[in-house]
Amino acid sequence: MSGKLDLDPVLVARARELARRAGAPVVELARSHTTVSVERAVLRLAGVSGADPDGIPWVNRLVDAVVADVGLGHGVAAPVFDAMAREGVADVTLLAQKAAAGSVRFEVPVGKAGTAARRAARRAVAAGVRLVDRRRAERERLVRRYGDPPSRPWIYLIVATGDIYEDIPQAQAAARAGADVIAVIRSTGQSLLDYVPEGATREGFAGTYATQENFRLMRAALDQTSRELGRYVRLTNYASGLCMPEMATLAGLERLDMMLNDSMYGILFRDINPVRTFVDQRFSRQVHARAGIIINTGEDNYLTTADAVDEAHTVTVSQLLNEFFAHEAGLADWQLGLGHAFEINPEVPESFRLELAHALLARELFPDAPLKWMPPTKHMTGDVFRGNLLDGFFNLVGTMTGQGILLVGMMTEAVVTPWLSDRDIALQNVRYVLGAAGGLHEDFVPAPGGFIQQRANRVLGEAVDLLERIGEQSLLTAIAEGTFGIMKRPADRGKGLAGVARHESGYYNPATDILERAS
Amino acid sequence: MSDTTIVRPYGDTTGDGMVQVSFTLPVPHDKRAEGAAVQLAAKMGIDPAMLVHAKPVGDGFTFFVVYGRVNHLVDLSAVRVVERDYPLLSAKEVNAVVKRRLRRKLSVVGACIGTDAHTVGIDAILNVKGIAGEKGLEYYRELTVTNLGAQVSVPELVEAARAQRADAVLVSQVVTQRDAHLHNTREMTAAFREAMPAQKRPLLIVGGPRFDEHMAGELGVDRIFGRGTTPGEVASYLVHALVTNRRVPA
Repeated sequence: MSGKLDLDPVLVARARELARRAGAPVVELARSHTTVSVERAVLRLAGVSGADPDGIPWVNRLVDAVVADVGLGHGVAAPVFDAMAREGVADVTLLAQKAAAGSVRFEVPVGKAGTAARRAARRAVAAGVRLVDRRRAERERLVRRYGDPPSRPWIYLIVATGDIYEDIPQAQAAARAGADVIAVIRSTGQSLLDYVPEGATREGFAGTYATQENFRLMRAALDQTSRELGRYVRLTNYASGLCMPEMATLAGLERLDMMLNDSMYGILFRDINPVRTFVDQRFSRQVHARAGIIINTGEDNYLTTADAVDEAHTVTVSQLLNEFFAHEAGLADWQLGLGHAFEINPEVPESFRLELAHALLARELFPDAPLKWMPPTKHMTGDVFRGNLLDGFFNLVGTMTGQGILLVGMMTEAVVTPWLSDRDIALQNVRYVLGAAGGLHEDFVPAPGGFIQQRANRVLGEAVDLLERIGEQSLLTAIAEGTFGIMKRPADRGKGLAGVARHESGYYNPATDILERAS
Repeated sequence: MSDTTIVRPYGDTTGDGMVQVSFTLPVPHDKRAEGAAVQLAAKMGIDPAMLVHAKPVGDGFTFFVVYGRVNHLVDLSAVRVVERDYPLLSAKEVNAVVKRRLRRKLSVVGACIGTDAHTVGIDAILNVKGIAGEKGLEYYRELTVTNLGAQVSVPELVEAARAQRADAVLVSQVVTQRDAHLHNTREMTAAFREAMPAQKRPLLIVGGPRFDEHMAGELGVDRIFGRGTTPGEVASYLVHALVTNRRVPA
């Protein structure tokens, strides 16, 4: 489907060019800095695993030890593998343990020692990347064997009990009830932990901790359900917060299929330092690209704090930026679950037509991206009957505009975490709408010059205006001044800034090397 | 009508007592499950109960919709609620009172504390954008608003309140798993009590959809705001508590 909105191709090209211009300095920033989480992700690929008795991962202990001796700016790979050679330690986790005990001194190796250390680091990291490659091949094989969902949009459901062993039967039940994608919501607050918890977890707040073991357990359970259903059920988690690169790496190692990964969400909604976020984001997207993971971006969040009509163009701008950053990091269009949401106040006249216009605009601007369509939350009031009706209209927009991934709306949004019956009613709603109107997009052709075309063109025009203004200053300044979702986030503030370093000359990161060579 | 204190639910006739409920039982759908649903309805005081819908949900669960006459009565004279005990003012009036009587800006510090990342409540009250067409406290010229955002630790909040010379601290709590909202609130009030003498302590206000408005004393806060609170109500209360009815130092 294309050409329903009569968008001006020159204006669309201009919008992309402006997004590139706004994003390019940020990419430059990301290429010239590293973070503790990027370095920890490198070590995870190199094979460091497990945690100390207090639950602090060995990757954290090792990076901290290297930073204490030589700083972060050289990258940790060469100092770590140099120390392994000097200490005669063959296992990198063992080195981490020795380093944590204070019995290893790190230095930045030069000359022959430097070449040898870099070669050894590269060999170890390449083995980790090969594991990611094998997981990707495994997914492709399973999708061939069990099949993709029979139709679009894919139906995306959330589980969030806090206990992985409760999540598993709930996720399996949701899949049997029709979910194509299961997202395990993370425990509130995990995004601000500067380490990834270890092991299977049974306690969380409004969600379940994302850990490598929890990833593994859930993926194995869904593989079993996929076999049973004859349909590959996808698994989603979050590459966001302070450990974005590590989350992406663990997702690649455990064959997760989708990851929430927005270029600005952490900055705006978690007050994470902008530089930290952009550096972490670029690395995590390079890993996602390699792992064949579909990213979901978070534009829906802007509309929960800003007005969905007045600020509709900020969603378009963010989608364009997310697209630019994603392409730059090597992601293909099929991996871009660009987000948007049904959040217009239902009291606004013609709100449904406005929603149609906005959703169709996203569809036509990004014809080859799956697009993630998010349900109403802001105007869900506790009136569950009206909520169910709103969700029905949300589903209708989703199918009329060809959205790729549909997050199932709950009529009990803002009331309780979904009950079994809430989920069933919500899925019934989706099935009814998709069953009754699944092909309506064929007949749905907005009148030339009519309300929907005019609205979509206007939003695109406003997006271009905003991108022009961002281009005159810089994206970092725009974020600092509260352009997106009202929050003001200066580049020299926010959480995680201490874990950012500018590359020293001779900075070495074998993972980036390998990932960039592939693309 | 106004002196009627006993009422019953209304379906389509005064006094018919009709209600509608829905629930799920952990039993597979069969005749026995439907009987079980009617039994539950009877125990809830719904008699006769009409089972209008029963549907299997997941493995071994059934969802029911029941209509019926509830035999309980409601005594309006025995209802206890926290009525608004302060006048509702417009933004203009709030500004005027603060300017005339306080003669400086009134400082408000807001945050979501603990691990709660749901800023939707505090943002609705504080952000200019506000809620339901009503502008948030940032919009009030005579108020200085510091919104610390999500996942603020209690010590950070106390420090910010001190630095901003807060007249009032607003805390929003949405997550209620394992009573997190109550634990966090108690921790917060204890920290303020420890850090500042009573007469220097800012007005402490919590808000969130799951608070019982009667628990203010027990939690050590000055006021609790529940679901549906608007910025105008909060601003009016601040003026009432801090300016017009100035709090007597305890």
